[in-house]
Amino acid sequence: MPARWWWLPGAVSLSLILLLITGPIGALLVQVPTFTFTDLLADSYLRHVLWFSFYQAGLSTLLSLALAIPLARTLSRRRFPGRDLLVKLFGLSLVLPAILAVFGIVAVHGRQGWVNQLLMALGFEPFGYLYGLNGILLAHIFFNMPLAARILLQSLEAIPDTSWRLASQLGFRSHHLFRWLEWPAMRTALPALASLIFLLCFTSFATVMALGGGPRSTTLEVAIYQALRFDFDLPLAGGLALLQLVFCGMFLLLQHGLSRPVQAAAPGRPRPDRPDRHHLSTRLMDASVMLLCLSLFLPPLLAIVVAGINPQLWPVLLSGELWRATLSSLKIALGAGMLSVFFTLGLLSSSRYVRLHLKQTGAAALMESLGSIILVMPAVVLSTGLFILLRGLVDVFSLGTVLVLLVNALMALPYALRTLLLPMEQVARQHDRLCASLGITGLARIYRVEWPLLRKPIALALALAMMLSVGDLSAIALFGSQHLQTLPWLLYQQLGNYQMTQAAATALVLLLLSLGLFILIERVLGGKHARTR
Amino acid sequence: MLELDKLASRYPEQSLCFTLQISSGQITALIGPSGAGKSTLLSMVAGFAKVESGTLTFNGLSLLGLPPAERPITTLFQDNNLFWHMSVYQNIAIGLSPSLRLTSDQQSQVQQAAEQVGLAALLARKPDTLSGGQQQRVGLARSLARRKPVLLLDEPFSALDPALRFELLGLLRQQTDALGLAVLLVTHHPEEAVRVADNIAFVHNGGIVETGGRELLSAPRTEEFKAYLGR
Repeated sequence: MPARWWWLPGAVSLSLILLLITGPIGALLVQVPTFTFTDLLADSYLRHVLWFSFYQAGLSTLLSLALAIPLARTLSRRRFPGRDLLVKLFGLSLVLPAILAVFGIVAVHGRQGWVNQLLMALGFEPFGYLYGLNGILLAHIFFNMPLAARILLQSLEAIPDTSWRLASQLGFRSHHLFRWLEWPAMRTALPALASLIFLLCFTSFATVMALGGGPRSTTLEVAIYQALRFDFDLPLAGGLALLQLVFCGMFLLLQHGLSRPVQAAAPGRPRPDRPDRHHLSTRLMDASVMLLCLSLFLPPLLAIVVAGINPQLWPVLLSGELWRATLSSLKIALGAGMLSVFFTLGLLSSSRYVRLHLKQTGAAALMESLGSIILVMPAVVLSTGLFILLRGLVDVFSLGTVLVLLVNALMALPYALRTLLLPMEQVARQHDRLCASLGITGLARIYRVEWPLLRKPIALALALAMMLSVGDLSAIALFGSQHLQTLPWLLYQQLGNYQMTQAAATALVLLLLSLGLFILIERVLGGKHARTR
Repeated sequence: MLELDKLASRYPEQSLCFTLQISSGQITALIGPSGAGKSTLLSMVAGFAKVESGTLTFNGLSLLGLPPAERPITTLFQDNNLFWHMSVYQNIAIGLSPSLRLTSDQQSQVQQAAEQVGLAALLARKPDTLSGGQQQRVGLARSLARRKPVLLLDEPFSALDPALRFELLGLLRQQTDALGLAVLLVTHHPEEAVRVADNIAFVHNGGIVETGGRELLSAPRTEEFKAYLGR
């Protein structure tokens, strides 16, 4: 690209992104005249929905953190076989399709689940405890306790070795260590972490849809969906979506204000010699913390895999419905992933020019954060806006595939941006001058310089975006129909109808598809890593 | 002959103005304290830094307004001279054709440049398997293979051990004479300048304060130059 066209790719990407975001927001705002928030607050059901949204998110955050803090301490104290694998698995819960985890939770905690089977084997009556607040909390803890433990563990591992040695010399007991070393280290990360978990739980869709179990346990996010798809009350759906938008914007601002840069632990550091490792009381404490946390985290994961190796599954795996859903999931994910990566590459190739050549660091950062602006809009809100925007113009359901694809592409954008930002800037920083002096421009530059150096991060961004899209339940819930069915949507319906065998087959395919896609793209497209030094 | 006549640029922290002539077949060493504007001078000549006034000509033709790749100039930077994902051969060849499609003439040009700097046996290697001295030879080989009449060097050898540095400077001297290059060499080491340069230019506070032959180093005239040399 000749230097005078530096603005073009960014301008194209940004204007498309902003069009896709402001269009739906505009459509939501246009709804407002026919609808006021006082109406909303006058309705006792909606008041309950609002209260429950905050209540479940707050409780989920509290419980997740209350478990994560001792879990992080235990993980920092102990080295055991499988510890590294476990910490890696903790990272999985962010990218694992939510509905897949819900399936695992139903398989463990449902009426015919492992827990009830165990109770029956012991001669007790089985009982249903899953649907409603319990299920929502179980799922939210499943997702967020590991996430929080990982982040807190990082803070703990950033405590310098010398502090531990000093603590040993001073004869600190475990509670002294907590009070003087660990709590100060964790406290800086906690506010941002708590608000992140709160936001994730507040906007959680698949979990509440599948495990809420009725009007008593409905959140704002799900109420938007119900207003749109069940009652077809567009003004109500639009108003609720707008309200959700305002809440999310507030939480994100709050989180931005609370974030502190976390200093990363030096890699390959020898394990700190913690003075409290050998006390009997901490050993007992650690064992019970691990037992409790792992009994919440591991069984659902295991259940997904175990359900997949059930021989009863083979006939179900041949159903045409399953394979049609797989095909649409694959099509949508491929389209959404590629679109997301194209948007990202376009945006970043202009923003790095602005940063490195025009020296406008602020303007470049603004461009990049405009690309991530989608973070304030949960997929359900964006989809509702799109729905209202397009409903007069076209048959929304006949465009379902395209709309789901667009929403998924936008949702993946912040992740793709984060993956590609530094590598792209690095390539420009290192090679711009040399390329200019040798006249390496246009296709030659892309083919000889950018592609070999960026194929790995591009592949990772594509794989992440596709994995997110394969697991999406929000957009498809609004735009799905008899003609458009994806794997998460099929799985949701099967769970709703208590068809556990069919659900197991769908879950298996979904698991294999999301993991398979990820590995395939990373390995094949990523190729061998070209070193930038 | 490369001529800079009141070539000027203004930055918030400094304004720069340079007048200098470099004849073909001669090496001019630019020495001076860091921050004096030596590297910016090279960037202005090569087309990487803005020029606000003055003229820059090569054999009477103005170079201002030409993009870097179209100037009769090749630059050996202090670092980032190499593409680490390409072989030594490709790193040299991309200086002749950005798409790496070389005619057979150009291929022999690459081969010849590699032989001149002693890299002929290493053409298939990746730069990260080479020593620091060999890596800078790759950059030098590309600069030579491009056969541009003006060569700019921005402290390219300063990270190397003295013996290696002088060996590469000897190579530079030899190629300058053989090809009739006009060379501008930025250096931190007066002893480098004494060893290879025909002329010395002392850069201070955004301008050229003093020029002359090698003897300038032993008999500096201005107070600034004396202070820089520690006399």
